[in-house]
Amino acid sequence: MKALRNFLDNIKPQFEKGGKFEKFHSTFDAFETLLFVPDTTTERGSHIRDAIDLKRTMAIVVMAVIPALLFGMWNVGYQHYLSIGQDATFWETFLFGFLKVLPIIIVSYVTGLAIEFGFAQWRGHEVNEGFLVTGMLIPLIVPVDTPLWMIAVAVAFSVVIGKEVFGGTGMNIWNPALLTRAFLFFAYPSKMSGDQVWIAGLSKGDNIVDGFSGATPLGDAITGNIHVSLLDSFFGFIPGSIGETSTLAILIGAAILLFTGIGSWKIMVSTVAGGYLMALLFHSIGTTPLMQIDPLMHLCLGGFAFGAVFMATDPVTATRTEKGKWIYGFLIGAFAIMIRVFNPAYPEGVMLAILLMNTFAPLIDYFVVQGNIKRRLKRAKVAA
Amino acid sequence: MDLVNIFVKSIFIDNMVFAYFLGMCSYLAVSKTVKTSFGLGIAVVFVLGITVPVDFLLYKYVLSEGALSWLGEGFKDVDLSFLSFIMFIAVIASMVQLVEMVVEKFAPALYSTLGIFLPLIAVNCAILGGSLFMQERGYETLAEATAFGLGSGIGWLLAIVGIAAIREKLRYSDVPAPLRGLGITFIVTGLMGIAFMSFMGIKL
Repeated sequence: MKALRNFLDNIKPQFEKGGKFEKFHSTFDAFETLLFVPDTTTERGSHIRDAIDLKRTMAIVVMAVIPALLFGMWNVGYQHYLSIGQDATFWETFLFGFLKVLPIIIVSYVTGLAIEFGFAQWRGHEVNEGFLVTGMLIPLIVPVDTPLWMIAVAVAFSVVIGKEVFGGTGMNIWNPALLTRAFLFFAYPSKMSGDQVWIAGLSKGDNIVDGFSGATPLGDAITGNIHVSLLDSFFGFIPGSIGETSTLAILIGAAILLFTGIGSWKIMVSTVAGGYLMALLFHSIGTTPLMQIDPLMHLCLGGFAFGAVFMATDPVTATRTEKGKWIYGFLIGAFAIMIRVFNPAYPEGVMLAILLMNTFAPLIDYFVVQGNIKRRLKRAKVAA
Repeated sequence: MDLVNIFVKSIFIDNMVFAYFLGMCSYLAVSKTVKTSFGLGIAVVFVLGITVPVDFLLYKYVLSEGALSWLGEGFKDVDLSFLSFIMFIAVIASMVQLVEMVVEKFAPALYSTLGIFLPLIAVNCAILGGSLFMQERGYETLAEATAFGLGSGIGWLLAIVGIAAIREKLRYSDVPAPLRGLGITFIVTGLMGIAFMSFMGIKL
């Protein structure tokens, strides 16, 4: 540790003003603050973002998705060995998934961070750490068989168009990870849906057990035969995007986010409430197979839990007002179930519902703020 | 149920802005603040809600082939549908005049902020588009046409108010200099379009 500190101190002058590599100051700064807690404090006019700095906030979120990631790796292997009908030990299963998921993580980080650093140099601001989380979320919400070049293209799209053109971390209107997913979904639909993409190696068709279906439970539900139990979908032994299958692992992440106060409990609660009530309503109508899914099942299937915990609570793209958070979350839940039920072509309604509410989050904030102003004006008149 | 279907469909699925990119000029120019864009949106809802049913009646009883048969046997073969463009525009222009007078009388502040864009509703392609879609899709009854007109208007209102709120927020963003103003607005519109794609293909 000490050697590293000395090394950094040694090369630091070259990155200061007037140094040889002055242009790369932000790159140096990013690595230095990543390795060591900075000891400088703001001298005047503090810029309040949170009680802890951005880098620590992001690190906690990354920690919170680790359970989902580890389970996702194991599940990738588990589904693979299930599809070829072989038995494998725990470590074999995990290793298989690990080797499948690792390249996706690397591609996502390398592409995104390269663009981030490039923009930081070009525009002369510091490298913000928002992408540490985005780059970790992206591998969790794509099918395991997505070609790596597609991921690179989609990440580049969402980081440049979704984030950097708005001025970088903290300024974006839409969640970059979800934009990546939406870009993939609309640009390469055949690689993003169907029953071939969710399990590693299935599209190549080698040694598949007869009658094995790789469709996600939601894909199956259109025809009315869900073949997984509620418990299976809760623990996550089902095909799906890498990190979204296990509601349990996501709940552990949610606990971390709530305990550290980084995710908003209001958004999580209202999203689940909105989804549950909507599903209950459809369940009581129950005219199509998709409507008949049990409301609890709806919450465990697909990306609902993942979206509610990690995507909807993104503090940048969610509503900022407290009352607005209730409305925002509730509408996400309701829209997600609605899209799922009415639009069989898009079983993954959660992603689109959150993007849609990202769009209207500023509007919700506007009306909440205007409402507050009006209420206070009224009060002022009464007092006078 | 059918009316509700048409209404919801024209708000979300066949949204004038995000599905057909109609009415972009005033959508881009007047969306700087939520307040004015809300005013313009209401005006568009009003104009669409009146012109589409009026044009529907015109088309059904005057313009389309055989529509004039209520005048007598001799008019059975008359087909005036080549006049529909000019008639629709005339109806729209007169309706916009009406709206303009009402706004000037009752909301002078809004009138001055909307400026030239209020009379320009007359040539807003979303309005003419509404009437032409009504003709093309062959809505059968007056109620259907009204539901469609109101729905399209509300969809347009939703779009312009949504982008106005985003642009108010963007004022604090550090957008690269070449993209400031309309550039970033076009990008935002495209991304909003992606979000609205969630409704595509929904059948109620």
